[in-house]
Amino acid sequence: MKVAPKLEKTLVQDLYRQMVLIRRFEEESGRLYMQGRIHGFLHLYIGEEAIAVGSIPILGPDDYVVSHYRDHGHALARGLDPKAAMAELLGKATGCSGGRGGSMHLFDLKRGFMGGYAIVGGQMPIAVGLALGIKMRRERRVVLCFFGDGAANEGEFHESLNLASIWKLPVIFFLENNLYGMGSHVDKTHATGRDLYLAAEPYQIPAVQVDGMDLLAVRETVLHAIDRVRSDAGPVFIEAMAYRFRGHSMADPSAYRDSAEVELWKKRDPIETFRVRMFTDGLLGPADVARIEKEVEAAVAEAAKFAEESPEPTPESIHDHVYG
Amino acid sequence: MPEMSIREAVSLGLREALDADERVFLMGEDIGSYGGAYAVTKGFLEKYGPDRVRDVPIAEAVIVGAGVGAAMGGMKPVVEVMTINFTLLAMDQIVNHAAKMRYMSNGQFEVPMVIRTVTGGGGQLGATHSQNFEGWYASVPGLKVAVPSTPYDALGLLRTAIADRNPTIFAEHALLYGVKGEVPKERYEVPFGKAEVRRQGKDVTIVAYLRMVSVAMKAAEALAAKGVQVEVVDLRSLRPLDVATVVESVKKTSRAVVVEENWRTGGFAAEVASAVQEQAFDHLDGPVGRVGGLEVPMPYNRSLEAAAIPTPDRVVETIERLYGL
Repeated sequence: MKVAPKLEKTLVQDLYRQMVLIRRFEEESGRLYMQGRIHGFLHLYIGEEAIAVGSIPILGPDDYVVSHYRDHGHALARGLDPKAAMAELLGKATGCSGGRGGSMHLFDLKRGFMGGYAIVGGQMPIAVGLALGIKMRRERRVVLCFFGDGAANEGEFHESLNLASIWKLPVIFFLENNLYGMGSHVDKTHATGRDLYLAAEPYQIPAVQVDGMDLLAVRETVLHAIDRVRSDAGPVFIEAMAYRFRGHSMADPSAYRDSAEVELWKKRDPIETFRVRMFTDGLLGPADVARIEKEVEAAVAEAAKFAEESPEPTPESIHDHVYG
Repeated sequence: MPEMSIREAVSLGLREALDADERVFLMGEDIGSYGGAYAVTKGFLEKYGPDRVRDVPIAEAVIVGAGVGAAMGGMKPVVEVMTINFTLLAMDQIVNHAAKMRYMSNGQFEVPMVIRTVTGGGGQLGATHSQNFEGWYASVPGLKVAVPSTPYDALGLLRTAIADRNPTIFAEHALLYGVKGEVPKERYEVPFGKAEVRRQGKDVTIVAYLRMVSVAMKAAEALAAKGVQVEVVDLRSLRPLDVATVVESVKKTSRAVVVEENWRTGGFAAEVASAVQEQAFDHLDGPVGRVGGLEVPMPYNRSLEAAAIPTPDRVVETIERLYGL
């Protein structure tokens, strides 16, 4: 087993910046939604930043990321331009999906961001197929596939785990367990209760559970997982326990959650937790935090401005890209 | 010209594709050691090996979904779903993902995949194994749907499907595999969206596809004996749909009946009939007729099943009733 390399100051500050970027981006998109600038569904990633930033930056440039409908955080952690992401939320032609996808369907071919998928569990067979192609071409890429606790009850989840295991495919199945599939608690919807990683065991896939509010814990787990998967040893399953601080979508008043529960989790804010620990380790200081906050604020403001000022797709373009 | 069956034509098309392009691979239930439920891929495993002829678990969603992912990553999968009835278990992948990937990603990703599947009734396989869903898929933007009724078309359309950069449903009829016909040695393709006039006539047009083409041909013969000259148009692909050839025929005959094996309600014949009345209304001497499967789950019993599927007699009766011919 490889020991996680010692953290460098520049890396720590970059990881911190990425988490803050996701947080501020999501706060801004929430604001724009309330102002009627963003429509449809908007699912915020606030509270779960340590998962995306603890995992995705470890990947190489040729690896693939597959996401679900709560995909902004994954996209930004993969380096997707916040301007292109925000423009997509506003449905603009400059958006990363040309305004055709929307919040739930961000895509970025150049960065191996293979898409946000809005049918629960539907992205998992696709991740398996991407991994199959990698294996058949004898490449060393890996696929990092995210899904939520809701997906673990879908048939596609079980079919995907089974096939990836039989064919020893290079895919990391990454379950973000935020305890609620929309408004239904996992205790009521899963036979295994909260330990959903146990579902991987019948498929002979090594599975671990990790604290998804702790960036360093996620990072260490994923480092090991990627090593294993890249060495052609077959898939790995990771379950990260996490919590979304907002509702399922902007349309959700979150009445099914006890406010004491929400407050309890907020005390474990992943950004705060990481900041305090890095202060202690001397890898991050108040001046760094202030600088990063300012940089991120400017980047998000620029993204919002870019999105607002960007053109709508032209009506004549409506039939583009149905076929090629 | 050599003669071969539809089974042999499809098999030949697949072998050609495997030989020509290393990105092409086959994936499906029992296509390898079993040789394919309809024996299309017999001997393939021995020739091409388990990496390119992949037996899969009975898990249609991941079979098709893995095809979508592999195609997005640069492969050219030919996925076999044993029958079109089982594609319902993969409908999420076909309709929500394969069909929409290019559009939702603004053209960044494409899914050059062929889904081969077996459609149609008539084999006494009962209600769950005798359906015709190709018309459903033809209603989805982003998909293409090919429906060959001859060995020539099976090979030509399969070549087109494999070369195409879009997801294609390639529907083979269960009862047509043994149908023989001439197939030239020289390379040719049959483009999508190009219907074929199978029989010339001036009195009435019958539009059909897959096995209903032979039903239409038999009806045409029966009507010929009564002095009625029928033109038969074989659609060959449902999406894209060649409305122009149908309209051209109707301008000549002034009468049209569309025959499909599927249930009439919401069936594909309604789409064709609607296109005809929109584009050839002034040329019509009567209503556009439809002959379809009876509105029942397919019964097992031999004579009940035969009654549920359109027959030449039913087509003849419909034409005589509608037009007084």
